Amino acid sequence: MTALTNTHDLELINLAIERARKAGADQVDAVLIRADSREARVRGEEIEFVKQASECCLGIRAMMKHTTGRSTALSSTSDLSPHAVEQIAVDVVTLAQATAPDEHAGLPDGGFAKDLPDLAMHDSGDQNVSIEARIEDARTTEQAARTFDPRINNSEGSQASSDFSEVNYGNSAGFSASYKSTYHSLFSSPLATEGESKQVDYWSTVGRRLVDLEDPASVGRRAAERAIGRLGARRVPTCEAPVIFDSLIAPSLLGQVTSCLNGYSVYRKSSFLADQMGTQIASDLVTVIDDGRMMGGLGSKPFDGEGLATRRNILIENGILRSWLLDTYSGRKLGMASTGSASRSVGSGPSVSTTNLWVTPNAGTLDEIVHETGRGLLVTGLMGMGFNPTTGDYSQGASGYWIEGGKIAFPVEEITIASNLGTMLKTIDAVGEELVWRGRTASPPLRIQQMTIAGE
Amino acid sequence: MADNENAAPLASREGALEFFRERYGLDNQSLTDTLGVALERQVDYADIYFEHSSLDSVSLEEGIVKSGSRHLEQGVGVRALSGERQGYAHSDEISLESARLAAGTARAISADTGASHKISVAGQTGHDLYPMEQSSSELPVEEKISFLSELDSYARRKDSCVEQVMASVITHNRKILVCSSDGILAADMQPLVRLNVQVIAADGSRREVGYEGRGGRHELQRMMEPQVWQEMVDEAIRVARLNLSSVPCPAGSMTVVLGPGWPGILLHEAIGHGLEGDFNRKKTSAFSDRIGQRVAAPGVTVVDDGTLPERRGSINFDDEGTPSQRNTLIEDGILVGYLHDKLNARLMGTEPTGNGRRESYAHVPLPRMTNTFMLGGEDDPEEILKSVKKGLYAVSFGGGQVDITSGKFVFSASEAYLIEDGQIGAPVKGATLIGNGPDVLTRVDRIGNDLALDRGVGTCGKDGQGVPVGVGLPTIRVNDLTVGGTEG
Repeated sequence: MTALTNTHDLELINLAIERARKAGADQVDAVLIRADSREARVRGEEIEFVKQASECCLGIRAMMKHTTGRSTALSSTSDLSPHAVEQIAVDVVTLAQATAPDEHAGLPDGGFAKDLPDLAMHDSGDQNVSIEARIEDARTTEQAARTFDPRINNSEGSQASSDFSEVNYGNSAGFSASYKSTYHSLFSSPLATEGESKQVDYWSTVGRRLVDLEDPASVGRRAAERAIGRLGARRVPTCEAPVIFDSLIAPSLLGQVTSCLNGYSVYRKSSFLADQMGTQIASDLVTVIDDGRMMGGLGSKPFDGEGLATRRNILIENGILRSWLLDTYSGRKLGMASTGSASRSVGSGPSVSTTNLWVTPNAGTLDEIVHETGRGLLVTGLMGMGFNPTTGDYSQGASGYWIEGGKIAFPVEEITIASNLGTMLKTIDAVGEELVWRGRTASPPLRIQQMTIAGE
Repeated sequence: MADNENAAPLASREGALEFFRERYGLDNQSLTDTLGVALERQVDYADIYFEHSSLDSVSLEEGIVKSGSRHLEQGVGVRALSGERQGYAHSDEISLESARLAAGTARAISADTGASHKISVAGQTGHDLYPMEQSSSELPVEEKISFLSELDSYARRKDSCVEQVMASVITHNRKILVCSSDGILAADMQPLVRLNVQVIAADGSRREVGYEGRGGRHELQRMMEPQVWQEMVDEAIRVARLNLSSVPCPAGSMTVVLGPGWPGILLHEAIGHGLEGDFNRKKTSAFSDRIGQRVAAPGVTVVDDGTLPERRGSINFDDEGTPSQRNTLIEDGILVGYLHDKLNARLMGTEPTGNGRRESYAHVPLPRMTNTFMLGGEDDPEEILKSVKKGLYAVSFGGGQVDITSGKFVFSASEAYLIEDGQIGAPVKGATLIGNGPDVLTRVDRIGNDLALDRGVGTCGKDGQGVPVGVGLPTIRVNDLTVGGTEG
């Protein structure tokens, strides 16, 4: 912990906590986040955009004790002068005096993170990466995309960014700690044209360390290849067919599933899975794990948004629902302990989020799954927000490829895929063998036995 | 501060100028001096943008207001443009020193030494679209809390199927100041209020959500009038109850009648984004090089209007200091205009249209919509419904999305009904509708005389930046739209 501790920021946090306690707060916690970002975009031959910025913000949560529980208020400011910090500490207490007591509100009863392992979330050598070096990465990516094929004749550009951040957290129960993290990315979005057909697609790579990123030229080529693959896309007739989510799209499905395991949705009964703990909610091919302590993981952190130790949670095991995602408050509402899943932004109180989330791999490459499918749809792009967590009803815009005779036949677009998430989970009949991390959530390709495809 | 002789003494402008001058010492001279730092290299244009905003929110759940919050955000962003190049730097400290540092970073996009021309700035004239009696955030928090409690008990009394009520009151007060090398000094105070009501209704084991939100650039008190909020609660309960009896939605291509108001999100996704200047300057839009061509049926006229009083999408100035205006995008079916910020207007040899908007000082301006709507036609809405033998009548929507290049767009119906033999039938479950932007409006063959604007809750996202917007539509009939239900 000592190596990571930022003395000045933790002092500011202590100042805020002490001031709020003096103003009458029973419990207080505060988070101070500093971020430094560099971003460059090259489009064609031109450096189109360069941005450099530093940001910092402090958020305080104050709770007042009443006979029937605690009332809560939140405040934040980007003005970190001691005067401004003291002012919001007093203001937040005034606000907390007006809100209503809640028997479940409050800091965790204990169990704050004791060990704070180094999760390889940053590489101090990268700290000095210059904007010029990232401009060169973007340029190499853009050139590779633009020269890949004569049908690539335009682009939205290629973008490189490096973000450095430091999270400091402290509370009136005596816990305080910090961690640093880095996030580098490289993104390319070329445009392919052939006759009347004009298509854009993208490819990206992200990592905690620059060395974890894919080679810039290969990012550009991959993006170009994907845009060209979409040329000539068309609708298919309305039908029912098997649907494969590729590994880029399957994580969005996983995100929709975990939104229904969020403790807040469960106690509010706004999740269709709210009363299904311990039951078979998915096919036995499906095991879903969330692990906040994966080395170098893009969602890793040594402690959660309330100072509790992060950990590995098995959410779904061979199709059986095993765990909700809980912070202290939603846990208390359900009579359970936190799962160390609290997330915290400066502007809000604790909420629940996943960390590094994945579906455990099973068998078969994407090609093998396509081959075995015979006839159906491979989805490589989704559009819209057509998912209702309360009922599980699912309807989204999609693009991808039509599969005929076990082979990719032609690209498709302007279609929708629809079903109910409960049915979809139970009818997952293939989980691929490859797991590649391209963010905080990863999944092998997944196949749903049958969905309604709306088109012509 | 020296004012332009012609500038009308507008309260929102004067108030903002005085705020930044009194609190941070930002006067005319110090602003032009600071901007001068960005102009020490050869650049085409530079601007400096100060923002101070407060966001207050109180939310109720399970019958009590468990928490309230107040967030203050402030900062400065400096931008320099040279050809297609854009340099940006920002800081969350409002001071001349931090602005000077940012200016030094922003100008680095220009390698050419030698200074740009010196500037002088003058107060910008503009609209006064949201004069306020008093700032909403000044309303005591106790009053907001007792208001939400009253709303909660009304909802629970109203219908026993109501299991949960979630309601929130959000007030956002933003003060901005823009000073640019083309001689503009603009300042504004932009209020924005919103009331959200969401209920969960249960019938046996089936649960459904109903939502109603309203807002705009006006006093919060207006929404605290009983007839306003009670109507909102009634509406949220009606929608939740309706969803409890909804049947699966059909799948496939069919005739769709869109109701007035919020279904205007169709225009936002199918047309609006594709007409933003950046995509057209880069020729990445499905609408690139199509000015003067037919993109909609005769009779279809679509405008983007930032000058409607008190609307959520309205602005006195955009975030580059250009006064908002009413821009016609499609006139009688022919594409006539794009939406521009300064950068893209300059590169395309045209004038900015008052659409250069940004989420905050931490973001660069982009061409964005304000309030986008289709003008009303001649048809009686009831007649339009009667004209459909079999189809879908969609009256409310959730979000939408568009692929600018291919033109494909989606929007998700949250309240829709089957139409059978000209009669409104059973309500259907939510479904996504998908279409192709450049031709969907060519299949509009009936336009109602009932143009309505939405209720003031729209937020548009682009490049990670959210800005408040509005939409509007009369009842229209669209042939051959793909409806993404489950019933084949």
